[in-house]
Amino acid sequence: MNLSEKSLAELSHLFQDGTVSSREIVEAFITNIESCEDEIDALLLTTFDQAREMANAADSRQKSGKLLSPLDGMPIIVKDNYCTQGVETTAASKILKGFVPPYDATAWKKLKDSGMILLGKANCDEFAMGGSNEHSGYKVCKNPHDLTRVAGGSSGGSAASIAANFAPAALGSDTGGSIRQPASYCGLTGLKVSYGRVSRYGVTAMASSLDSMGPMAKTPEDCAMLLQAMAGADHKDSTTPDKEVPDYLAHLGHKISDLTIGLPKEYFIEGLDEEVAEALRATKKVLEDLGCTLVDISLPHTAYAVPAYYVIMPCEASANLSRYDGIRYGAGQKGENLEEIYVNTRTAGFGDEVKRRIMLGTYALSAGYYDAYYKKAQKVRTLIKQDFDQAFEKVDLILTPVAPTPAFEIGRNLEDPLQEYLEDIFTVPASLAGICGLSVPVAKSSSGLPIGAQLLGPAFKEQRILRVGHHLYKAIHE
Amino acid sequence: MATLSDKDVLHIAKLAKLKLSDEEVKKFGSQLSGVLEYFEQLSEVDTDNVEPTSQVTGLENVTREDEVELCNIEDALLECAPHKIQNHSIKIPKIM
Repeated sequence: MNLSEKSLAELSHLFQDGTVSSREIVEAFITNIESCEDEIDALLLTTFDQAREMANAADSRQKSGKLLSPLDGMPIIVKDNYCTQGVETTAASKILKGFVPPYDATAWKKLKDSGMILLGKANCDEFAMGGSNEHSGYKVCKNPHDLTRVAGGSSGGSAASIAANFAPAALGSDTGGSIRQPASYCGLTGLKVSYGRVSRYGVTAMASSLDSMGPMAKTPEDCAMLLQAMAGADHKDSTTPDKEVPDYLAHLGHKISDLTIGLPKEYFIEGLDEEVAEALRATKKVLEDLGCTLVDISLPHTAYAVPAYYVIMPCEASANLSRYDGIRYGAGQKGENLEEIYVNTRTAGFGDEVKRRIMLGTYALSAGYYDAYYKKAQKVRTLIKQDFDQAFEKVDLILTPVAPTPAFEIGRNLEDPLQEYLEDIFTVPASLAGICGLSVPVAKSSSGLPIGAQLLGPAFKEQRILRVGHHLYKAIHE
Repeated sequence: MATLSDKDVLHIAKLAKLKLSDEEVKKFGSQLSGVLEYFEQLSEVDTDNVEPTSQVTGLENVTREDEVELCNIEDALLECAPHKIQNHSIKIPKIM
C-alpha cells in the first residue's frame, strides 16, 4: 500500500518505530498534490520547502530518541481561516489577500508544537460561509470521488485533501456543519467538538457563540489522536472551560455493548434520499450487532433549528465582519476619506454569500427587528438545547444522517441561497445546542458517492462518540 | 416581517458599508426576502416563558490577573496594514 493511503495512526506507528522517515511520508503526499491538485483545487497555497525542512528535523529527533509526541513528523493541511504564523491566511476571501499573520491560532499551534508539519492551506467557503466551497473567493474545490460534484463546505478543501491523499489529516471549523457535512460528502471522519472544547483563538470569527474548531481524518482513531493535542482551556479564548481532557485513545478500546443509542424520528423524514436512509438502516443494524441498544426518540423542535440558526449566525457574523475596514490588515482599497476606504474595501473584498449574510444580520439586528428575529431565535435555541438535554437523560448518544443527500452537482444551489441553507437541517441543531458530533463514513451510493452517519453526544463527551465511531468504522471497513 | 423594497436593501447596504449595483439591489432584495419569509415560521413556536440562550458554556465573568503580557509582535502587526506606517502608527486620510 502506498504510504499516502495509510491512516495517520498507521503512519505515526511506522515513523515512530523507524520503518519509514518523516521525509518519505511528506514526499509521498507532495507527489500526490503535485499530480492532482490542478483538477481538485483543494489548496490555496502549499508550503513544501518548509515542510521538507521540518521533516528532516523530525527525522533527526527520531534518530536521537527525542520525539515530541505521537504526531511528530506527521503532515497536515490547515483550513485557510486558521492564522498560521508567516504563512498567508485569507479565509478564502479577497479582503484578506496578502495577510501574513505574525502569530498562530492556538489549535494549530498546539499541533505544530507536537511536531506536525504544515503542507498547505485548504480552500473553503469565504469566511467559512457556505456548504459547498462554491463561495470561495478564489476557486471551487471539487469532490475527489466525482469532479462534477461539490466537496461540501465550508471545510471542503480540508475534506478533499484527505480524500485525495494530499495529507493524512486536516483542520476544519464547524459553525453549522462545516466539518461534518464535507467529511460525509468526501468519505472521511470529521469531528465537531463541543463548543469550548478547543480554543477559537486565531481563527477568523464567523458566529462566535457557534464556531468550533476540529480535526478531519480518515478514521475516528486519527481524530482522537488529533483532538488529544488540540483540546483544553486557553486563556486567550475565555469560552474554553477548564475541564479535564480525557485520554481519548484509551477510551477507544472500551466496549460499547452497554450503550443506548437514540434515533430521532424528526431526522428520518420525507426528502431524505433513499440511499442515505438505507445507509442509516444498515448502520443501525451494525450497531445492534455490536451490542448497542437502539431506541426511537423525539427531538420535537428540530424543524425550527434551520430558521433559528440562520437568524443567529448572520447576526453574529455581521458584527464580527465589521472589523474588515481595510485599515489594519488585508487588501485595503484606496479612498479620499475613511468612509470611502471602508465602502470600497468591503464592496470589492467580500463575495456575494458574505454580503448576503452581513445584510441579513444587519437587518435582523436593526432597530425594531431585534426582538422579532434575534431574541426570538435565541429563545428557540433554548428549546432545541432542552430537546437534547431531555434526550440524553434516556440515551447515551444519538444516530442521525449528516446530510439529506450525497454530494450534489456543482452549481445546483448557487442562485438559491435558501435551498442551500435547508441542506444544513441535520447538522445545525447540534451546533445550536453546543454538543459534539462525529461524521463517520458508512456507505457508498450506487454511483459511488460516500455517505456518512452522524453520532451526537452530550457536551464534553467526545470520548463517547469517538469510541462508538471507532467500533462502527472497524466493523464496516475492516 | 415582509418583503424588502429597493429602498430597504439600499438602507441595509449603507449600514453595512457596502455599495450595490442596481442589479445587485434586485438580486439581493429577492433572495433576502425569501429567507426572511422563511424565518416567519419561528413565530409558530410558543416562547412566552422561555429564556434566550446567548451562549452554552455556563461560564460567567471569566477574569484573569490584570498583568501586562508582552507578545513582541507590535511591528509585525503594523506591517500587516495596507497603508503607510509613520511614527509607529498607521497613516490614514484626514478625518477632521
